Amino acid sequence: MSSIYSEIILDYYRYPRNKGDLPHAQIHARDTNPLCGDIVEMQLELDEKKTVRDVKFNGQGCAISQASASMLTELVKGKTVDDVRKISKEDVLSLIGGQLTAVRLKCALLSLKVLKTGVYNYIGSTDSTKDELSSL
Amino acid sequence: MKQRWAAASSSTSLKATSHAVADTVSCRKAKNRLPGLAVPKSTTPTIKPPLTFPGQLAQSTVRGYATQKQATAYIHGKRLYDVEKVRHDFPILNRLINGKPLTYLDSAATTQKPRLVIDELTRFYNEYNANVHRGVYKISEEATAAYEEARAKIARLINANSPSEIVFVRGTTEAINLVAQSWGRTNVGLGEGILLTEMEHHSNIVPWQLLAKQKGAHLKYVGLTDDGHLVHEDFRRHLESGGIKLVTMTHVSNVLGTINPVREYVREAHKQSCRVLVDAAQSVPHMPVDVQDMDCDFLAFSGHKMCGPTGIGVLYAKKTILEEMPPYHGGGEMIREVHLYESTWRDPPYRFEAGTTNIAGAIGLGKAVDYLSELGLRNIQAHDQELTEYTHGTLGKVKGIRIYGPENPRTKAGVISFNLGDVHAHDMASLLDEDGIAVRSGHHCAQPLMERLGVSSTTRASVYVYNTEAEIDRLVESVERAGRVFKV
Repeated sequence: MSSIYSEIILDYYRYPRNKGDLPHAQIHARDTNPLCGDIVEMQLELDEKKTVRDVKFNGQGCAISQASASMLTELVKGKTVDDVRKISKEDVLSLIGGQLTAVRLKCALLSLKVLKTGVYNYIGSTDSTKDELSSL
Repeated sequence: MKQRWAAASSSTSLKATSHAVADTVSCRKAKNRLPGLAVPKSTTPTIKPPLTFPGQLAQSTVRGYATQKQATAYIHGKRLYDVEKVRHDFPILNRLINGKPLTYLDSAATTQKPRLVIDELTRFYNEYNANVHRGVYKISEEATAAYEEARAKIARLINANSPSEIVFVRGTTEAINLVAQSWGRTNVGLGEGILLTEMEHHSNIVPWQLLAKQKGAHLKYVGLTDDGHLVHEDFRRHLESGGIKLVTMTHVSNVLGTINPVREYVREAHKQSCRVLVDAAQSVPHMPVDVQDMDCDFLAFSGHKMCGPTGIGVLYAKKTILEEMPPYHGGGEMIREVHLYESTWRDPPYRFEAGTTNIAGAIGLGKAVDYLSELGLRNIQAHDQELTEYTHGTLGKVKGIRIYGPENPRTKAGVISFNLGDVHAHDMASLLDEDGIAVRSGHHCAQPLMERLGVSSTTRASVYVYNTEAEIDRLVESVERAGRVFKV
């Protein structure tokens, strides 16, 4: 019955992977969901080939927002900035699994929005990237 | 206590039955009345139990009405309040959510609407939709009469001295903004103070921040005790420090349910020549409120939290104060004469009702007032209180639960905020939704209060006329299930 609250989500909520700070991160972004007060911060450290060498998230909020942030860090580790840029909503939602209502979708996608904000600040944003961010 | 239209409240009956009968009367009669002159007879029997109540709240501001359930819910052994009958009046309660009956516990956000309100909105648009006050034709007269009758009903509900003290606005938020921008800009100056409390809704904080910025005024706050009551000493200290022009405070906290002793606070504020605004969004729907007894200068509330439509609300202000206030919005309907470079204003309340107002909303709210009066505000208060006590008793026993605000449910009004272990309020609300239970989660538009409580969010269940103990049982069961899912 508990559709979205799988063991996996709860495990990531209770025991978040990659939570903490990266003092030398080149990519750093933070955002909140004003509706719920969820906070997510993403920090990415890149090597010379612009590959994500290390990544950490920080934040507080509901299980969905925090578990999705933690899962997302695992997804981006070892990827190039260009590949990180290509991560889609669907990629994140398939990590979470289950059916989300429109309001909870915002919780699930907050970390992706933060991640992309950081990446676009780093590589430069365009009108289309701004549209993409506002659609998240 | 002044009661200018004593005739209106003369129909006293002990029968709290046939809610649906009264509603059809007023509009039919309205057709024969002149716009603006209608002072309709009450269609709403007021129920006055011939009893005294030893256990009433020391700080009750509600005309000393009883909070003892035995005393108000029963008279001569006959139960006056039949919640099952009430439920039949609300079509939405037939809905199934995820195959389960809708359990609506979010009435502090907005209440459901009884059929007679919904029907009246349809009837207005089908039968007498017209703009008010200007048309000389039949349906415009009907619309005007119904609109003004609604104003009179609201005046009676809160015992205003006259319907001209009732300004129709969009809701509590607009009412407070109106006072801030009209009265505030005229009366609050550089270095002067506005006194608020830490339990205010954002709608009773932000308008004052805007005013303070415009005028160079400053805001001061009355603090809270750990169990969610105002610190009276704080209030007194700020008042006596001088320079406070306005005290603005909520009657009932939308997060904690705390009932504030506004009557006492008003008296103290008046001694220091301060005006007082009361945010009554959570009190007028739930208990008898008498503005003359309370003696507040302004009172604001919303129609949609009391069985009325959205987009309609009320600002009450004392006539002498309203007359001195400049307009808030400029436009049609609020003017006496318009010239190229200057205009003159109509008298209150019309001075503050620029443009075409929410006519259907006002008429619908009038019906909602009929409905609530028929149920009896004292009965509603007793019913809400019984359910609050029941919730404290049952939900309070769940392992890992924390209920915020006053521990004594009798000092609260129908609002129960809680958290369970480390389950975030949004997760709790999602899990409850799977069981068809509608509650609110988050900061409830009261971030300073959440900061004071030291939490980022709470889950809030709020009850109203149609809720039952069986629904509270469902809530408790579902909260326990959430506890199992999260292994609290």
